[in-house]
Amino acid sequence: MTLDTITRLPLRAHLAFGTVLLFVAAGVLGPLLAPFDPTRTSPQDRLSPPGSTLSDGTTAWLGTDQVGQDLLAEVLAGMRTSLTVAVVTVLIGGGVGLLLGLLAGYFGGWSDGIISRVGDIQLAFPSLLLAILLAGVLGPSMVNVIIALAVTRWVIFARVVRGSALAVRDREFVHSARVMGASPARIMLYYILPSCLPPLLVAATVQVGLTMVAEASLSFLGLGVPTTQASWGSTIAQGRDYLASAWWIAAVPGLALALVVVAIGILGDLLRDASDPMTELS
Amino acid sequence: MTERSPQAYGQPPRDGGLLTRLLEVDGLAVEFDTRKGPLRAVRGVSFHVEACETLAIVGESGSGKSVTAQALLGLVPSRARITAGSIAIEGRDVTGLSDAEWRELRGERIAMIFQDPLSALNPSLTVGYQIAEMFRRHRGTGRAQARRYAAELMAQVGIPDAARRLDDHPHRFSGGMRQRVMIAMALALDPVLLVADEPTTALDVTVQAQILRLLRQRREADRLGMIIISHDLGVVARVADRVAVMYAGQIVETGTVPEVYGRPAHPYTLGLMRAVPALRGTGSTLTAIEGQPPDLAEPPTGCSFHPRCPLARERCREEAPEPRELSHGRAVTCHFAEEVLDDA
Amino acid sequence: MTFFIGRRLAQALLQIWGAITIVFVALRVLPGDPAELILGSQATPDQLTELRAQLGLDDPLLVQYVRHLGDVVRLDFGESWRQGMAALDATLVRLGPTLSLAVWAMVFTVVLGFLSGTYAARHANSPIDHLISVTSLVGQALPPFWIGIMLSLIFARGLQILPSTADGTMASLLLPAFTLALPFVGWLGRLVRTGILEEMNQDYVRTAQAKGLSRRVVFYVHVLRNTLVPVVTMLGLLMGNFIANGVIVEVVFAWPGIGTLLVDSISFRDYAVVEAVLTVVTICYIILNLLVDLLYGYLDPRIQLENA
Repeated sequence: MTLDTITRLPLRAHLAFGTVLLFVAAGVLGPLLAPFDPTRTSPQDRLSPPGSTLSDGTTAWLGTDQVGQDLLAEVLAGMRTSLTVAVVTVLIGGGVGLLLGLLAGYFGGWSDGIISRVGDIQLAFPSLLLAILLAGVLGPSMVNVIIALAVTRWVIFARVVRGSALAVRDREFVHSARVMGASPARIMLYYILPSCLPPLLVAATVQVGLTMVAEASLSFLGLGVPTTQASWGSTIAQGRDYLASAWWIAAVPGLALALVVVAIGILGDLLRDASDPMTELS
Repeated sequence: MTERSPQAYGQPPRDGGLLTRLLEVDGLAVEFDTRKGPLRAVRGVSFHVEACETLAIVGESGSGKSVTAQALLGLVPSRARITAGSIAIEGRDVTGLSDAEWRELRGERIAMIFQDPLSALNPSLTVGYQIAEMFRRHRGTGRAQARRYAAELMAQVGIPDAARRLDDHPHRFSGGMRQRVMIAMALALDPVLLVADEPTTALDVTVQAQILRLLRQRREADRLGMIIISHDLGVVARVADRVAVMYAGQIVETGTVPEVYGRPAHPYTLGLMRAVPALRGTGSTLTAIEGQPPDLAEPPTGCSFHPRCPLARERCREEAPEPRELSHGRAVTCHFAEEVLDDA
Repeated sequence: MTFFIGRRLAQALLQIWGAITIVFVALRVLPGDPAELILGSQATPDQLTELRAQLGLDDPLLVQYVRHLGDVVRLDFGESWRQGMAALDATLVRLGPTLSLAVWAMVFTVVLGFLSGTYAARHANSPIDHLISVTSLVGQALPPFWIGIMLSLIFARGLQILPSTADGTMASLLLPAFTLALPFVGWLGRLVRTGILEEMNQDYVRTAQAKGLSRRVVFYVHVLRNTLVPVVTMLGLLMGNFIANGVIVEVVFAWPGIGTLLVDSISFRDYAVVEAVLTVVTICYIILNLLVDLLYGYLDPRIQLENA
């Protein structure tokens, strides 16, 4: 991508990309700037509104929660949790989906039959309920949340990859590679895989946003990360009990989540437009 | 080669003595708004249609013939508008009619059938409903009565087992049967004018002949004035009385079919006739003239045909020819029509 | 057509079997001893052994699985140890509130989605069209549980015009139903808008105009009917989503449906109820999907031909 094409991108692209970049930076660097310690409490500072000066002289720009924690630190730590879960889940789910989608799309036949059938059966099970069931049975931990969410995501990636693989499987350049004696593994890696990547990337972007919402939902229900770790979902759940006195506890993490998910959604749309040559014609 | 309707030439028309002029188009111009600016798709077209008469408008795609046909029903696309001229249906100027006034004309006085009957019929409604709708919406006929009328109409246009097929959807019919349904629907309310936009282009050759025969029958039976839009000279020869040749948004030549086919007076018409060696078969298309039709956003100076014309001279580049009458009912838009006539 | 229905029915049965198996695997095969979970950490080894035998947990997994399938076919999910009644009964008692929530969410979605989609299509590319599309984008991205909390913050705490938790009145239904509907309103609106704009360009619309039909008839009888076919089939899927996604919204508003029951039962390891809830919800979901496909075949006559 040249500088010229970057400057010609629509405004919302810049805004969305800027937002995502800001949140990623905050998630990575945040704990250094505003350390979050879930065990520390500060009763005299509890439920302070945004902008208050705390007992130790610092300013709580986003207010404090019911035990006197600085909400900014909590939101930054939650960002890190959210981002970690989403990225790792999409990497695992995407990796498994890529592998199975390639196998199903390239070989067809019984491998496609089994993989597609299993996918159909799983999709007939509402994905949110599956995540709740798995996370609930496995117990609260970040690894378990990632497992539960990755299990619900792989089908989506596998379907995307299978579709692309099917579309190129019978193209000339694949045939000629086969005639030249290339092994199936080599054909998949060098000929099929590259054309599967753009749609996979679009799906992955969209799924990062959806996974962040899913993680927050599980934590909100108390089935996500343990309470010793910050999560937007659990912060919102706690804030629900203090809506009358401290609305910011529930509002701020949700706002952060909403912002980043909308920004990721816009990026996904832009990527889809960019990877689909047909849209340039219209 | 052509079949003249006995009424038009022999028997007295219904208002006694004079021919009934159903349609009079005078100086019609239609422009499209495009990104490049206005595109003049129809540039000053004049013609008329009498009762029991068929006028064919022939031309390449992009010549403005379909837009002209749409303008006759007030149905030009939303990006287009009529910028000049008048259209009179049964003596009444219809340019500038309101939506409500148009609705009273469409179907009642003037009707239209289209090229592809499958896409022109609503896929999710039964053909019986779509025909009966004419009576129900225009006349307020009751459901059962309208259904009976629809069955009668379907039988009249030659759909076998009509009563039983009322409740079938369009996809259940063959192409020819679908076009019969379209004709039944168009003629439901006994309009005086029928506009047929490429009515047989999407059909098989044998089915084409059946549909053309049906159209001729209906013209005789209902004293219809008909306008057939076509690029197919064979179809035109079999069904039309008079022909108007359109090029680049203008009518370059009009006359009876024998006159125009026998002795073309415009070099474009001559080119068309030479491109089709034998007119016996249908499906002969207009492709064999060298060059491309002009860009109507920037039409050529002078005569718009001059870039492709073998007879073009200095005058053709500078001065646009006006339509002039060669003999009664026969007009041509060419500076050197006499040379073309001699040539032919 | 019969072949199509038959094949689709077989597929639905396969999916139901798959769903039962997924639940079985999650609850019985994954690590975690139900007996220990039920009795707690203070239980003596004797008590645990006795309970395991009682629950049939000592048998090989395959035996347990086959027995479980038999139980499910007889709609026997066992006893709920928390509620002291059959797990299925505990579930069915809670099904009513969940369904009424889903139905009202559906009403909101259909009314608002159709209104906004139709309006946007008839005024395509106007400022209001753009506003509708931005709103729908944001509405789809926002986490529903947070929307619910914010709505109750505004309408229940702030303006004090609506109750924030279930009290059996219609008013208490409004917030949860709207929360559940919101993401889908924008989604349906976009679907309706694109559908209408596509249909408006079809040839049959020109025919309908040439027939002298009024704009209203052209739009509502001809265009909308063809737009409805794909949209109506989506509504069944929506209903399934409302039942499944209702879980979180129910928790937010303390709605006494199967969603809160499911989350409570998971927290208290009342697995008989978890099984019953998930099986019931999933069967509803699969049956709705099945109905959608059959309805589609009925509404779009062209489908029948292809499958004939």
